Amino acid sequence: MKELLWLIPALPFAGALMLIMLGSRSSKNLVPFIGAGSVGLSALLTLITGIQFLSVGDNVWTQQVWNWITVMNLNLNFSFYLDTLSLVFIFVITFVGFLIHLYSAEFMREDEGYARFFIFLNLFVGSMLILVLADNLLLMYFGWEGVGLCSYLLIGFWYNEEKNGYAARKAFIMTRVGDTALAVALFMLFTTLGTLNIQEIATKAPEVWAVGSSVVVLIGFLLLGGAVGKSAQLPLQSWLPDAMAGPSPVSALIHAATMVTAGVYLIARMHVIFELAPLAQTWVGIIGAITLLIAGFSALTQHDLKRILAYSTISQIGYMFLALGVGAWSAAIFHFMIHAFFKALLFLGAGAVIMLLHHEHNIFRMGGLRKKMPVIFWTFLIGSASLAALPLITGGFYSKDQILWFSLAGEKGNIWFFLAALIGAFITAMYTFRMVFVTFFGEEKTHVSHDAGWLIKTPLIVLAILSTFAGFIELPHTLGHVELFSGLLQPVLPDISLQAELTSKEFIIQLIAAGLSIGGVYIAYYTYVNNPAFASRIKSEINVPYNFWHAGWGFDALYNAVIMRPFVFISTLSKGDVIDRLYEGLVAIANFFNRVFASTQSGIMRWYMMAIVIGTLLVVTLSLLML
Amino acid sequence: MITFYVAATIAVFSTIMVITRYNMIHALLYLVVSFLAVAIVFYVLGAPFMAALEIIVYAGAIVVLIIFVIMMLNLKQESVEQERAWMGNNIFIGPGILSFILLAEIIYMITSSETNVLSEKVIEPKEVGITLYGPYAIGVELCGILLMSGIVGAYHLGRQKKKVVHRFLESQES
Amino acid sequence: MKNVPLEAGLILSGILFVLGLISVLTRRNIIFMLISVEIMLNAAGLAFIVAGARWAQADGQIMFIFILTMAAAEVSVGLALILQIYHQLKTLDSDAANKMRG
Repeated sequence: MKELLWLIPALPFAGALMLIMLGSRSSKNLVPFIGAGSVGLSALLTLITGIQFLSVGDNVWTQQVWNWITVMNLNLNFSFYLDTLSLVFIFVITFVGFLIHLYSAEFMREDEGYARFFIFLNLFVGSMLILVLADNLLLMYFGWEGVGLCSYLLIGFWYNEEKNGYAARKAFIMTRVGDTALAVALFMLFTTLGTLNIQEIATKAPEVWAVGSSVVVLIGFLLLGGAVGKSAQLPLQSWLPDAMAGPSPVSALIHAATMVTAGVYLIARMHVIFELAPLAQTWVGIIGAITLLIAGFSALTQHDLKRILAYSTISQIGYMFLALGVGAWSAAIFHFMIHAFFKALLFLGAGAVIMLLHHEHNIFRMGGLRKKMPVIFWTFLIGSASLAALPLITGGFYSKDQILWFSLAGEKGNIWFFLAALIGAFITAMYTFRMVFVTFFGEEKTHVSHDAGWLIKTPLIVLAILSTFAGFIELPHTLGHVELFSGLLQPVLPDISLQAELTSKEFIIQLIAAGLSIGGVYIAYYTYVNNPAFASRIKSEINVPYNFWHAGWGFDALYNAVIMRPFVFISTLSKGDVIDRLYEGLVAIANFFNRVFASTQSGIMRWYMMAIVIGTLLVVTLSLLML
Repeated sequence: MITFYVAATIAVFSTIMVITRYNMIHALLYLVVSFLAVAIVFYVLGAPFMAALEIIVYAGAIVVLIIFVIMMLNLKQESVEQERAWMGNNIFIGPGILSFILLAEIIYMITSSETNVLSEKVIEPKEVGITLYGPYAIGVELCGILLMSGIVGAYHLGRQKKKVVHRFLESQES
Repeated sequence: MKNVPLEAGLILSGILFVLGLISVLTRRNIIFMLISVEIMLNAAGLAFIVAGARWAQADGQIMFIFILTMAAAEVSVGLALILQIYHQLKTLDSDAANKMRG
C-alpha cells in the first residue's frame, strides 16, 4: 500500500472539497456522511498501511507526489515520509479524528453551519496529516500554517458572538509569533545546511556543527519558539483557555489531541538538532516543567469545565516537553498518544454534559449527573482516572510514570525536573477529581432533560477503552518490562540512557508517584464531597493567590500592559496620519508656490515685458560680474 | 562730425517726445523726425543707401501704415483723455530705474573696450548689392518668404467676419 | 568729415534702445507699444550700421536691410491683429486682453 500513502492526507481534503461544492443545500445526513466518512476512510487506510508497514519491516516508506520547488540548490518535493513516528501520529490523528467526527455528526446537528463545520474539520485533519507526513520542513510548515488557519476558523466558528472572534484572533496571533520563530529557524537551516529535507538535515547537521555550537543552539531555540507557540507553552500559552470558545469537538480534536501536539512532533522530529544543542534541549525541559506547574495551579481554581480541561492540556503538554527536554523521546510520544485518547474523551464528555445542561459551563452549577447520564459519567471517570494517572489500571499511569522516572534518572534529568513533575502529578490528580466530584456528584443544580444519542456515546466508549488498555503496550521494568512502544520508535528516536546509580530506585519512584495520585484523589474527595465547607474556607484564606491563579498567572494582564497598550496607543496616535503630514506639507508648499507663480501670469502685457527686462538685466549684470 | 552729433541729439530728443505724447498722431510725427535724424547719421557713417532706405521704408511706409490704421480706427478725443489718465506721474519710476541701470551697463560695456574710430569710407550701393546677392543670397530668400507670410497673414487677419445669424434669430437680436 | 568714434555711435544706439524700452514698459495703448517696438528695432539697426562702418564692410548694411524687412512684415501683421483686437474688445487697452492667465 505504499503507493496509496498519499491518499491518507488527500481523502480529508477531498471530503472538504465535496462539501464545499455541495454546500449546505445537501441533506443533513449527507454532510456527516461525507465529512466523517472521508476521515474514516483515511483511518482505515492508515490501519491497513500501518499493518503492512510493520509486517514488511521497512524502516521508512517515502512517496513523492509531485515536484514542488526546484530553484538553484533548493529542491523540495511534495513527498510523504512514513516511519514509525509519523505512523503513530497519523494513527492517532485519523482514528481520534474519526471518532470526533462521529461525535460531531450528532453534536452539531442542529447548528446551521453544519456543513461548514465539517469542511473546516476535514481541512484541519488534512493539514495535520500533511504536517506529520511531510518529508521536508517547508511542507511541514505548510501543514503547520494550515492547522493554524483551521484552528482560527474553528475557534471563531460561532462568529456571531464577538468574543469568539476575539478568541480566534488571539489564538492565531499568538501562534503566529511562534510561527515566525519557526520560519526564521527554517531560513537558518537552509542557509547553513543547504537543504530543508528532514533526513538530509539529520545526516548533515552532526557533520557541520559540533555539539553546542552557537548556530545550532540558536536554531534549537527558534524551533523551540515555534513549538511553544503551537503547543501553548510558556510564554505563549494564554490563547488556549480562551480557545474554548469554539465547539467542544473542536476543543477535543485541535486543542487536546492533535494541533497542540504539533510542537511535540516538531521537536521529536528535529531531535538531531536538539541533541547537538544541549542548552536548547535543557530549556525545552525547563519550559515544560514550569508550564506544567503554572497550568496545574491555574486548573485548580477554574470553574468553567472546559477551561479546567484547557489548562490541563497545557499542563500535560508540559509533561511531554519535559520528557523531550531530558531526552526521553519515545516516552514523550507515548504520553502524547495516551493523552490524545483520554483528553479527547474528556473534552467530548464535557461537551456532552454542557450540551445536555443547555450550555451551562460552570461546574458549580452542575452536580448529581452520574445518575442521569451513566455512560457519560463512567467514560468521563475513566478518562479522569487516566489523567490523574491512577496506578496500574489506567494508561495514563504508565505514560506519566515513564516521564517521571526519566526526568530523574535520565542522563539529562535532575532532581528539579523530577520534583516539578511530581508536584504536577499531585496537582493534576487534585484538580481532575475536583472536576469529577463537583460535576457528577452531589445534588443536582441544573436539570437534565434527556440523555445523549449513540453517536455521542460510542466514541466516548471507544476512547475510554483505549485510554485504559493502550497503556499496556509499554510497561516499565519493574512491572513486566514490555517495550512494544519504544521498540516501535527505536529506529527513529534514540533511546535514553540512564544514570547508572539510580536504576535501582525505580520501584520507589513509582510508589511515590502512585501514592501522590491517590492522595490527590482523596483530597479532592474530602474537599468536595465530604466536607464542602473546608473548600470554601481554604478558598477564602488563599484568596489572593486564588485569583492570581484563576487569571492564568496574570499573563493576559501582562501582555495587555506590555504589548497591547503601547500598540493601541501608537495606533491611536497615527490615526491622525502623522506620517502623512509630511507629505501633505510638501503638497501644501507646492500649492503655495503654484499660486504665487500663477499670479505672475496676469495677462497684462506690461508685466511680461517687465519680466523680460528684469531677466535681461540679470543676465547682463551677471555676465559683467563674471568678466 | 558735428553733423553726427547734431543729428544724434535731434534723434534722442524727438524720441523722448515720441514716448511722452498723449496724441498718437503727434507721437508718430515726432517718430518721423527721429527716423530722419537717424537717416542723417547713416549718411554720415558712410551708408547713403541705408539712409535712403530708412526714409523710404521706415518713415515712408511703416509710419504711414500706422497712421492709416489709426485713422481707420476712428478714435475720438477720448482716446487722448484716456492716454492722459493712464500715464500718471509716477509711471516712469520703475521702468526708468531698470532701463537706466541697463543703459549704464551698456555704456560700461561699450567704453571698456579699446577705442576705435569709424572709417570714412562710403560704401556704395553696388557693393551692398553684390554682397547681398552673393554670400547673403539665402537671407534674401528668407526675407522673401517672410514678406510673403506677412502679406498672407495681414490679409487673413485683417478680415472682418460678419456674424451670420439665422433670419429667425436676427429679428430677435435686433 | 572728421572721424566719429565708435563709442559715440554705439552709445547713441543704446540710448535710443533704452528709450524705446521705457516706452514699451509704461504705455498701455497697444499702438503705442507697437511704435515703441519700432523705435527699438531702429536702434538695433543703427548699431549694425555703426558696426559695419567700423569695419568698412557692407555686412552691417545688409543686416540692416534684413531688419528693415522684418520690421515691415511685423508691422503689417501687428496692425492687422490690432484691428481684430479693437473689433473684439472695442478698446485699445492692452490690459483688456488678459483672458490667458493663471
